[in-house]
Amino acid sequence: MDLYELSSLFLNITFFLYLIATAFFGLTLGKNRESNKKSKATRIAMTFTIIGFASQMTSYIFRWLQAGHIPVSNIFEYIYFFSMMLILAFVVIYFIYGIPALGLIALPIAIVIIGYGSMFPQEISPLVPSLQSNWLYVHVTTVALAQAILSISFIAGLLFLIKRVDQSQSSKETTFLELILFGVVSTIAYIVLSSSFGAMDYEATFTKELEEQTVDVTYSMPALFQPHDSELVTEGVFNSGIETPGWMQGADAGLKLNTLFLSLAFGGVLYGLLRLILKGRRISALLNEKFDKINPDVVDDIMYRAIAIGFPLFTLGGLIFASIWAQQAWGRFWGWDPKEVWALVTWLFYAVFLHLRLTRGWHGKKSAWLAVVGFAIIMFNLIVINLVIAGLHSYA
Amino acid sequence: MANETIRCECGHENKEGTVLCEACGKPISENQHIDGNDQQNVLEMRYEGGARRSQTYKRTVVDKVWGFFSSVKVGVWLIVITLVFSALGTIYPQEQFKNSPLPSSAFYEEEYGLTGKIFYQLGFHNMYDSWWYITLVALIGVSIIISSIDRYVPLRRALKNQKTKKNEIFVKRQRVVSFDNELSENDLNTVKTNLKKQRYKVHEEDGHIFAEKNRFSRWGPYVNHIGLIIILIASIFRMFEVMHIDDYVWVREGEVQAIPGTGQEYYVENNKFIYEVYDADTEERFTRALEDVENPVPKNFQTNATIYRATNDPILGEKPELEKVTEGEIRLNQPVIFDGYSLYQSGTQVESEYNSISMELQLNNQSLGAFTFDTDEAPSEFKLEESDTTITIDNWYPELEFTDEGPSSFSKYPRNPGIIFTVSSPELEEDERFFYLQEKVIPLADNNQANVNVSEVDRRSASGLTVKKDNTLPLFGLGAGIFMIGVSQGLYWYHRRIWIHPKDGVYHIGVHTNKNWYGMNQELDKITKGTNVNSFVDQQEMK
Repeated sequence: MDLYELSSLFLNITFFLYLIATAFFGLTLGKNRESNKKSKATRIAMTFTIIGFASQMTSYIFRWLQAGHIPVSNIFEYIYFFSMMLILAFVVIYFIYGIPALGLIALPIAIVIIGYGSMFPQEISPLVPSLQSNWLYVHVTTVALAQAILSISFIAGLLFLIKRVDQSQSSKETTFLELILFGVVSTIAYIVLSSSFGAMDYEATFTKELEEQTVDVTYSMPALFQPHDSELVTEGVFNSGIETPGWMQGADAGLKLNTLFLSLAFGGVLYGLLRLILKGRRISALLNEKFDKINPDVVDDIMYRAIAIGFPLFTLGGLIFASIWAQQAWGRFWGWDPKEVWALVTWLFYAVFLHLRLTRGWHGKKSAWLAVVGFAIIMFNLIVINLVIAGLHSYA
Repeated sequence: MANETIRCECGHENKEGTVLCEACGKPISENQHIDGNDQQNVLEMRYEGGARRSQTYKRTVVDKVWGFFSSVKVGVWLIVITLVFSALGTIYPQEQFKNSPLPSSAFYEEEYGLTGKIFYQLGFHNMYDSWWYITLVALIGVSIIISSIDRYVPLRRALKNQKTKKNEIFVKRQRVVSFDNELSENDLNTVKTNLKKQRYKVHEEDGHIFAEKNRFSRWGPYVNHIGLIIILIASIFRMFEVMHIDDYVWVREGEVQAIPGTGQEYYVENNKFIYEVYDADTEERFTRALEDVENPVPKNFQTNATIYRATNDPILGEKPELEKVTEGEIRLNQPVIFDGYSLYQSGTQVESEYNSISMELQLNNQSLGAFTFDTDEAPSEFKLEESDTTITIDNWYPELEFTDEGPSSFSKYPRNPGIIFTVSSPELEEDERFFYLQEKVIPLADNNQANVNVSEVDRRSASGLTVKKDNTLPLFGLGAGIFMIGVSQGLYWYHRRIWIHPKDGVYHIGVHTNKNWYGMNQELDKITKGTNVNSFVDQQEMK
């Protein structure tokens, strides 16, 4: 067993440790806040979280040793490091504020993120010349840490909203809250689909003509939408015969649409089942009831504090270090590459958050919704920019 | 602007528009609407109730412009609009990244259809240099400057003029308060000692106690705004050619080229270009990843370069005298820097050109001699001494292509050489013609007796180097540094004040912190520990 396999093993262990920790955090529900902090379930949950973190760290170090460079050079490694920082930030926040309910949101989110990241190629790849710099260590890790801390504000915001949105009647707020939960469920659906069909070695290959060349597109999930103007090559696999619309660009457009659609559809089924089990009640209404006594002022404070730390760190890592490296590698510190633009968008957004909060008194729910939007921007920059909009940063 | 003043009952002269007396904090009754203090119990302390120009004078055009840009609401809207446009600009590639020979007017529609056409027609393809995007950013700059001055000046006045002895209303209408404390001399002393332990500065006047710490935290926002303004000024400077050079040069192996942008002062020689790829067999740890890829993964692009400086001022056409300045290995992430200029590895044409072509002449398997054609010198004739043979170059095509008029050269660069030559030798009955192309030699007549083989070709790479000089970098760095200092100063320290107000034998305590009330409450526990101070009430807590 080489270091790479050891690393994978520890990552799998980590995954289960976090699941167990989540289950124990679940046991802390419904009790009042004073005894909650000291309850046995909380202690066990935190112990599992910390062991899980140690295990993830071990896995990471093994990978680092194997690669000979810090594993933050592709999307899998970045998400991996990001999730580790998310757990670290949660542990630190827990020891300052002591709110176990936060763990019940932070851990599942971290698990989903790790799961999602694992769907990308995991092989250790060599560094291309543009990444061969010490700034890789400084820039990427700082950005990941900053984004993880900013995500804590989303987690606190979500907890705040679950607690404070009035669930006695349906409103725009309850709908949006359900949408967030649906997003999480769909991500899980994607992981389940992707890993199940992956385990079955499912493959359906299409050929299509693109710019006078024949391109092969291989689906690893049943093709509901085949590529535009394409022909199925693989025999004996499902094919709906529906084509991806021609205005969607790129050889992989059909593949992306198909994956997105299947994930959302399966996510919809899972979500529907959950609603059925709850006899039609909103999931957030159930959570609202379960997350019993939480001091909203403290959760609100965590939301702000996370941004107060995350914002300067993001400025440093995502803009300043980024510019220094860009100057060194390409001779220009700023070049309006999509990833750079979205770093600026993120930065501007959190600047707005801070101005609204500090000078216009946007606390509580308003602040919480902003934290949700901020997280959406970070995820957009992480996922969509890398996968859909190609630029200098598309290494994955 | 009128210079009226408002005299408070404590005797302090306040400027017109003041909401809370700068000295004693008593609300100035006719101005309470400005900060919206009428409707709520807790006083608005954000700018200490100082007289803000924007809230006081609203008559002239200047007042109105000032008022507009000083509003945080306006500032936030400007940021949001910039944010949305910035994001929209990434939907399709910007013009500079489009990587297509098509002109933009055709490219976006061709490639992305109707939405692409709209993208182009709205000018989003060139967004970040457009006049309206720059205007938006400039407006944010104006907003930052005006809103900062509008707040900083009165805030500084109010904090400078504050007195230890505060008005009762001011103390009682703070957010966190504790009323009717019966405190002994001992209690007061303990509190004072604890305050000092927490690094408060404690002032006393007629039994009134005022403790304050970290006032500098209030300047954080203004400091970070100064940093941002410096960055904006730096970007204005950068628009002028004088402040930065951005050029590009291709240098072939063995070639010396003038570095553009240096006024023919500096020259670069490409001694060797190195291109390496990762090898799946030798790099075992990457085997898993390298097995799957179709194209080799590059490991290194490197130009071994020597930099020269012209020592004389050469007359046009004359060769300059060169003096070596430095030499170095230019790699991605490792530019060579000399006298303020930097050379970056930016492009490669690996083995794209022919340096020389060696050929051998044979007759009946007997060698008549060999010759090497150097593509730079492109000699017109070769003499092969051993057989008294002459080779005459009839036509030389550095980059051969065939057009309707026959062979011609697309460029002067030897990327695809073609040579037509004639062999005259006493061994041959008559002159014979040959055509070299694509590393082969073909006879131009069926009855040629001689044979010409290509024995060796020597290829060379060209390296693309970016030349940069940027005098604005220190200014950007300064701005970024000041910004970071300002942000930390404002976010990680808290301006905290505590007023202990004696009234009819009991004490009212008012507490203010500019942020982090959670931390303030914890600090209050430490300060009042072991005393008779009643627990504090947050008059604004979320229920």
